[in-house]
Amino acid sequence: MEAINIFIKSAFIENMVLSYFLGMCSFLAVSKSVKTAVGLGAAVIFVQVITIPVNWLINEYLLLERGIFGLDLTFLRFILFIATIAAMVQLVEMIVERFSPSLYNALGIFLPLITVNCAILGGSLFMISREYNFTNSLSFGFGSGFGWALAIIVMAAIREKMAYSNVPPALRGLGMAFILTGLMGIAFMSLMGIDPALYMGLKK
Amino acid sequence: MKKALLHFFERIEPDKKKSPLLHTAYDAFFTFAFTPKTVTTDGVHIRDGIDLKRTMVYVVLALQLCYLFGAYNIGYQHFHAIGQYPGLLDGLHLKLVYGLIKILPIFIVTHVVGLGIEFYYASRKGHGVEEGFLVTGALIPLLMPPDIPMWILAFAVAFAVIIGKEAFGGTGMNIVNIALLARVFVFFAYPTYIAGDEVWVSGLEKVNGVYQTAAYGGVYQFFDGIFNAWGWDTFGAGGAAVIDAYTGATPLALGYQGGWEKIVATYSVSDMWWGFIPGSIGETSKPLIILGALFLIGTGIASWRIMVAGVFGVAFTGLLFNAWGMTPFMEVPWYYHFYMGSFLFAIVFMATDPVTASSTNRGKWIYGFFIGVIGLVIRVMNPAYPEGWMLAILLLNVFAPLIDHYILEGNMKRRARRAKAAAQ
Repeated sequence: MEAINIFIKSAFIENMVLSYFLGMCSFLAVSKSVKTAVGLGAAVIFVQVITIPVNWLINEYLLLERGIFGLDLTFLRFILFIATIAAMVQLVEMIVERFSPSLYNALGIFLPLITVNCAILGGSLFMISREYNFTNSLSFGFGSGFGWALAIIVMAAIREKMAYSNVPPALRGLGMAFILTGLMGIAFMSLMGIDPALYMGLKK
Repeated sequence: MKKALLHFFERIEPDKKKSPLLHTAYDAFFTFAFTPKTVTTDGVHIRDGIDLKRTMVYVVLALQLCYLFGAYNIGYQHFHAIGQYPGLLDGLHLKLVYGLIKILPIFIVTHVVGLGIEFYYASRKGHGVEEGFLVTGALIPLLMPPDIPMWILAFAVAFAVIIGKEAFGGTGMNIVNIALLARVFVFFAYPTYIAGDEVWVSGLEKVNGVYQTAAYGGVYQFFDGIFNAWGWDTFGAGGAAVIDAYTGATPLALGYQGGWEKIVATYSVSDMWWGFIPGSIGETSKPLIILGALFLIGTGIASWRIMVAGVFGVAFTGLLFNAWGMTPFMEVPWYYHFYMGSFLFAIVFMATDPVTASSTNRGKWIYGFFIGVIGLVIRVMNPAYPEGWMLAILLLNVFAPLIDHYILEGNMKRRARRAKAAAQ
């Protein structure tokens, strides 16, 4: 039940892009067509689902004082987290290149750049600061990845439709993308403030 | 007569090169009064007497009943709060005049600001004024609380028209509904003016912790003079205290606190149905909105699919909440959700905006249904917002292109399959 709560919260209510504004660079750059957006969204979901639980294990068993080394190694957190993320991204890159070369070409530099996508590292750090357990961190990984993917796919669909709009020359491209992100952020504020736990009987 | 008039108008047409702003203004009003005689010269076109301006005017016509009742209801709520003129027709002239004094400035400011920006952009771009603001300008006053300060209203309209429409290139190219964007702007930037128990009944002020009517200003004195001459009741000086136990809370606020029992303790079901409850200016009277909806469906302007799907969405979610029953508000019988708040107004006049809604037929069903679902989820579950339709429609506006995209893609795939099967 709590895992479902965390999924709903991280996907819709505390959306990575639209309420924390994390992962903006690839969000703005790769959202020009729905097809590539779906590809990148899937890649991000995959990386999130793997890295956040793995980082949870690393944090729990290697870095904390109650882990196997018996030392407080939390100062290594950033380096180790990034290393996990980079390894996962390498894996995704190889898979995508093998099975869908066209998507690989369309994503270009933004596929390896998932490594430094702040939404991914942000996900791992949120997992630490919110003190999730293992199942919750798995559900959080899926939820936050799903929310990010949803946002970029919606954005891509809007930008495809915007091909028919007569945007003033000064705003074409990124300028319009920023305005759109703001408007989407306003729309997503509709769900902000709902606490699903209240209605699932988890909290009084 | 008509010919002479036309001739006169043609003679005074300003030169487009010398004074673009004047020409734009002229062109706007000319094409409003007469169907322009310019015709297309190439390609095949569907010929119909209804152009964009005429389409918009139908929506404005459908809103007129809401305007009339809105004006009456502002006055009714005001006098109801201090316990005067309890009957529907008692003091009718006072209620109507009071409402008009509130609603006219809102209407005028909306149009001066909105149309001003529209004219400015049209003359800069060198084309005729686009008609889009007609409906937006008619909707915005109906979405506002009666006591909204004019400068906030002006800011909101300017923000919505510039960011929501002109940045996208003008009428027909916006992604989110402009009237809703104006309301959302007020809602997030100046929440105390548009949310809470104290904003929906106009002309009350707190003196020593007790609400009383504010002093009536010069305009009211002017009308008092007229009423005196006819021997009718007058406004008087103001300062009457509100009756005991009066709060000004809307049914939704009460429902969130204590469910259906708490609502019916204050408002009767028939009052909610006919619209004698506090709320945004145009949203309260359900029968008049339904009349407007029938008119729009009959003339083919608005999509009945979106409206029906929205009703289904609310019914479905309402039933789900009834079965869930975690809070008192969830236990409100699902059909009573149509009586409260602004669902009908939103689904009839704002969700059906053809520019921002889904444009495929199957997409319209999905779009309307999810407006119903998400709006009710926000209304019942979100403590931050008392009412959800404004944000639910905005959210689905954002999702509409995606819905269309996948429906078109599905259609293309199906056709390709069919063509393949036929070829074999």
